[in-house]
Amino acid sequence: MAKLIKDKAIIENSWTTLAADFEGELPAGSVIVPLTYWQNNREALVARGNVAVWLDSDQAPEELQGDLDSLVMIAINFPKFADGRGYSYARLLRERFHFKGELRAIGDVLQDQLFYMSRVGFNAFEVRADRSPEEALEGLNDFSDVYQAACDQPTPLFIRRAG
Amino acid sequence: MYKYDGYDKKIVLERVQQFRGQTQRYFDGKLAPEEFLPLRLQNGLYVQRHAPMLRVAIPYGMLSATQLRTLGDLARTYDKGYVHFTTRQNVQFNWPDLKVVPDMLEKLAEVEMHAIQTSGNCIRNTTTDQFAGVIADEVVDPRPYCEIIRQWSTFHPEFAYLPRKFKIAVNASPSTDRAAVQVHDIGLEMVRNENGELGYRVFVGGGLGRTPIVGEVIREFLPELDLLTYLEAIVRVYNRYGRRDNKYKARIKILVKALGIEAYREKVEQEWEHFKEGESKLTPEAIARVKSFFNDPAYDILENNPAEFVARQTEQKAFANWVLRNVNTHKKPGYAIVTLTLKKTGVAPGNVTEQQLDLIADLADRFSFGEVRIAHTQNVILADVKQSDLFDLWQIAKEAGFATPNLGMLTDIICCPGGDYCALANAKSIPIAEQIQRKFDDLDYLYDLGEIELNISGCMNACGHHHVGNIGILGVDKKGEEFYQVSLGGNSGKQAAIGKILGPSFAQDDMADVIEKIVHVFVENRTEEESFIDTYQRVGMTPFKERVYGKAH
Ligand code: SF4
Repeated sequence: MAKLIKDKAIIENSWTTLAADFEGELPAGSVIVPLTYWQNNREALVARGNVAVWLDSDQAPEELQGDLDSLVMIAINFPKFADGRGYSYARLLRERFHFKGELRAIGDVLQDQLFYMSRVGFNAFEVRADRSPEEALEGLNDFSDVYQAACDQPTPLFIRRAG
Repeated sequence: MYKYDGYDKKIVLERVQQFRGQTQRYFDGKLAPEEFLPLRLQNGLYVQRHAPMLRVAIPYGMLSATQLRTLGDLARTYDKGYVHFTTRQNVQFNWPDLKVVPDMLEKLAEVEMHAIQTSGNCIRNTTTDQFAGVIADEVVDPRPYCEIIRQWSTFHPEFAYLPRKFKIAVNASPSTDRAAVQVHDIGLEMVRNENGELGYRVFVGGGLGRTPIVGEVIREFLPELDLLTYLEAIVRVYNRYGRRDNKYKARIKILVKALGIEAYREKVEQEWEHFKEGESKLTPEAIARVKSFFNDPAYDILENNPAEFVARQTEQKAFANWVLRNVNTHKKPGYAIVTLTLKKTGVAPGNVTEQQLDLIADLADRFSFGEVRIAHTQNVILADVKQSDLFDLWQIAKEAGFATPNLGMLTDIICCPGGDYCALANAKSIPIAEQIQRKFDDLDYLYDLGEIELNISGCMNACGHHHVGNIGILGVDKKGEEFYQVSLGGNSGKQAAIGKILGPSFAQDDMADVIEKIVHVFVENRTEEESFIDTYQRVGMTPFKERVYGKAH
């Protein structure tokens, strides 16, 4: 089973991510369903329990605004690591919609982006399959302090300096 | 000048370590070239025509003598003995070996410099007026606000992978805009409202490049403390909705045009509403802390125009010329702002050797409290020189080739590195500058022409700001040959305007003659008090077109 980084530790990934165009019978076990599947099969999924949905980089987090209580995890896909929309989505889910569940980065997820991702609210990272999650884990520690406020540090440095 | 505290030092040093690790992983094959690319770009490292090029930030243009000497050392040790000052208050090393870049960054960090976000699709170095803090007519010294923006934008976690690069400029002079804020992604003009409160007029969506556009006002008055939250709202909207499918349509200006300024404003205001009163709202204490680094130096109490200074000007016309052209009025009596021009004919605009860097550092120590500024016009400014020292300074500067008294004149050309250095170029730019400087080598004639801004870029990326030159020259590729397109009427100041193309492009050898014809049309048509741009605006393009291409066209 593939590994992932969650809450700064390496664990087994027990979730299967279903493709954007997935239809039909759900496989057994925990699944992360695409947004449209969730929207079309809400009740069945809620009845099944343990629901996780993934957003692509062109799918707004507002789409899930009313659903957050039903979801244990939201994954955000980075089709290319240079597509930075997911950073804003994550921050909105945490800061504006107060999502408390797991926020997972999937797709082109690499060591050098993990620090920023963790700052905007991601707590789980499926590092791209050809890279070692153990090595990538180091990326979370690239910096020991930051200037701006974000999800990990609600107080900007200019306030902390004064205090 | 801003001084790092423990936090700033730690963050910059950790960046050096991070980049050292990334470079190592790249050499070990653990980081693919396409993955290393944006990482090295966000650290100012390009791979150029001849070698890597390292772009180092000069935050809002300020450099200390110590920093200048370090730049000189680095040029000597790791490069070919010179650096290049760019049009965005950055400095470039053109030939360093990739392997030594982490060492260079470490040496830069020791003198509180870095290459963070000098390239890549992120928020770049914030630029401002090179005369900030020393001119009488400014609303407030803009540099503390630039430093506040620098800290906010440094490693901003949400905005490291924007659709495209993002540039912010700040101006605080009500009469002139030396920072060209209206052609930036965000332009901030510091203003006071009718109650005397400080704030910003905010422009958005300006820019040069392939689609030159003058920015539009998104907010007439933004209160002082709301700076960072409002910027955050603007950039978030851009990050979410800016185009990512076509890099030529990815700048914020395209999004603002597509939505219209009203719709963009509405989105930003809605976004801002959620967190404008949040933790990121500035406090008077936070601003006061940064401002304390920009207090006036220990000026002496002096009189304007000391007798000897006046006498020297009468004795030596060359000195008087230089004072007239390259010296600006200082806010303190008895002091002056001196621009050292790096625009000597035969030297690529903006290029400075290691010996010259050391010399400038010495001049700064001796005459100007150990500090200089770099202008977007690629000149160096000594901002606090006593008028009684000007004659001594002039003599040294003249000897060193820094005193060509052509500031603001036709030969004070803004010019990108072009085809001699830059991999993206369509055409060379430096030889064009040289050709024009040789043609117009008569200073009296130049003074008679008055202020003309001539800017040259080697390709559409417009690093030489050709669109906003009164005369703009753009290198184009015509079936594999280098040609040049000329535009007229551009303006980077308060009356920001994008130049209009004169007509079909010209061969390299014809360029100085073409410029001469354009200048003749101006001379024949001008009224006594008109500058080039005024005449152009009055008579329009036609007379210039007819002269350059002949009436038959
Ligand atoms: S304008 Fe073009 S040629 Fe000139 S420096 Fe920029 S990218 Fe290079």
